[in-house]
Amino acid sequence: MMPGPVLLTNAATADGFLLVLAIVLPVIGILLLFACGGRYVERIVFFLIPIGLGVAVAVFAAIWRGGRSLIYIVGGWEPPLGIALRADGLSAAMMITVGVVIGATALFAREEFGQPRQRPEARAPFVFWILLLAIWSALNIIVVSDDLFNLYVALELLTFAAVPLVCLKGYEETIKAALRYMLFALFGSVLYLLGTVLIYGAYGTLDIALLADRVRPEPVAWIAAALMTMGLLAKTALFPFHLWLPPAHAGAPAPGSAVLSALVVKGSFFLIVRLWFDAMPGLMTVAATQMLAALGAGAILFGSVLALRQQRLKLLIAYSTIAQIGYLFFIFPLSAGAMASDPWSGFGWTGGWMQLFSHAFSKAAMFMAAGLIAETLGHDRIAEFGGIARVLPITTFAFGIAGLSLMGVPPSGGFVAKWLLLQATVMEGQWWWAAVMLIGGLLAGGYILMVLGKTLSDADVPLKPHGPITRSREIVALTLALCAVLLSLVPLRSAEFLQIGRPVTPAVAPQ
Amino acid sequence: MSVVTLFGLCGPVLVGLGLFGLITNPQPLRKILAFNLLGSGTFLLFGVIARRGAAAGLGGDPVPQALVITGIVVAFAATAMAIALLLRLFQETGQATLEPDDTNDTNAATHTS
Repeated sequence: MMPGPVLLTNAATADGFLLVLAIVLPVIGILLLFACGGRYVERIVFFLIPIGLGVAVAVFAAIWRGGRSLIYIVGGWEPPLGIALRADGLSAAMMITVGVVIGATALFAREEFGQPRQRPEARAPFVFWILLLAIWSALNIIVVSDDLFNLYVALELLTFAAVPLVCLKGYEETIKAALRYMLFALFGSVLYLLGTVLIYGAYGTLDIALLADRVRPEPVAWIAAALMTMGLLAKTALFPFHLWLPPAHAGAPAPGSAVLSALVVKGSFFLIVRLWFDAMPGLMTVAATQMLAALGAGAILFGSVLALRQQRLKLLIAYSTIAQIGYLFFIFPLSAGAMASDPWSGFGWTGGWMQLFSHAFSKAAMFMAAGLIAETLGHDRIAEFGGIARVLPITTFAFGIAGLSLMGVPPSGGFVAKWLLLQATVMEGQWWWAAVMLIGGLLAGGYILMVLGKTLSDADVPLKPHGPITRSREIVALTLALCAVLLSLVPLRSAEFLQIGRPVTPAVAPQ
Repeated sequence: MSVVTLFGLCGPVLVGLGLFGLITNPQPLRKILAFNLLGSGTFLLFGVIARRGAAAGLGGDPVPQALVITGIVVAFAATAMAIALLLRLFQETGQATLEPDDTNDTNAATHTS
């Protein structure tokens, strides 16, 4: 093995223990829940979530102040033998997003899955909190791991936590949806593992930072990259691997759908970006990036058109997730293009991540709003939504604001994201993606306004609400929707934060 | 042909068989079995890679062995979970299939769940 340049990975930073804390805190919560039982669920969860959020903020602050990645070497064994945890600006931003959405979901789910003292202890609510904490921990591992096999285990943890969330209600359809999700996930995980094996065989390490120097554009690397990407695409539900997503995300209870749609699919997407930009920058050719973006374009058109045709709100939102995931894949051609000498400062890079964050907030808000509407009406058939805006004004408002972000209308994070991506298509001379984005925006406008129009119209028959909706849950949904709006007010200069810890070499492969 | 080469060829054959089964079989149980076949092929390949990496004078590279054990545990857990879901589906419906008509949910899912 030829001697590589001196690597930064081998220097653990003083604040590195924060990363361990971020991973371990939810796990401690799970163990405590098992030990103490369902009676203490709320106390434990609502004690841990602020601490976890605090840790995420501390990581963010440490990276902001230091201007460099946080690194922790597990057990003092340095890569390539040991495992490193590394958090760059992107990881910290992801950790905050995950923490906020998980926290909001917990507040929202408190009523549905709480365990009041006077009622007998139930199992499904108890399981929900365990799964929620498990998803949190798995996502934190994914954003800070620097080792491909460690990432495989994290990905599996995420799947094992996400699949039961789908069938928490135990209906026949939801079990089917969960099983289909599981089969796609099995396919994805084993392909990812096969790719990892090939990489270890060829390059003798699984550490992402070390791989960046070692991977050469040769057949074994291509096959490994193709296998891993395919596996991760199946888990991200990118078109044409999206079949499992709508029934799974629509079948889960509302807080579950919010987490699944807002965060879980982003975990595997994050890994695809790590793989192509960080582990194998040498493989990034124009053809590969165009292919990924073409799948993304397919997802936008296909998902949006199908969303328009849905008659049930939760399925409509699930199809919209498929479409919005498509935008994320424009990050590949637009930040690795030939024009940008430094891909990390380009509009494509910032726009892509902006899309991820704003979609996380707005989609979580939307699923919560849909859950409240379904709870009030006892169904979620869009055709019978008349008069809902009168009964649930805050919920309708939250849905509308979250919809702005999906459509890409200012002021919203989604607008900034899509505007940046559009500018990037112009700067990179790839107008065809701009056309897809504009059509996708119009279609999104179509399906959001279709729902809003129904909710604002008068009821054909007087509504008989099934149960009172507490104001606090409506506020949670509204707060998340407002987070998506607030993202647009973040000055773009602070997008430099997303570049902290990025490798300095441009990610463009020589043609 | 040395043993290592033989094993090295067996791995990809298992992977190919598993992949074929996973894609072509509509039955969930068969898909789960195919996943295990695919996993076994992957682990076998990893074992061979460990042997091949023994150029440094050691008996074998210990890293892949550690990873294979972890991988087997994960694959076992995944299989157990998939089987549990399948069993539950069988208890609920009396059959263990995912009929294709509910993948297109525009019409099938109009009734409330």
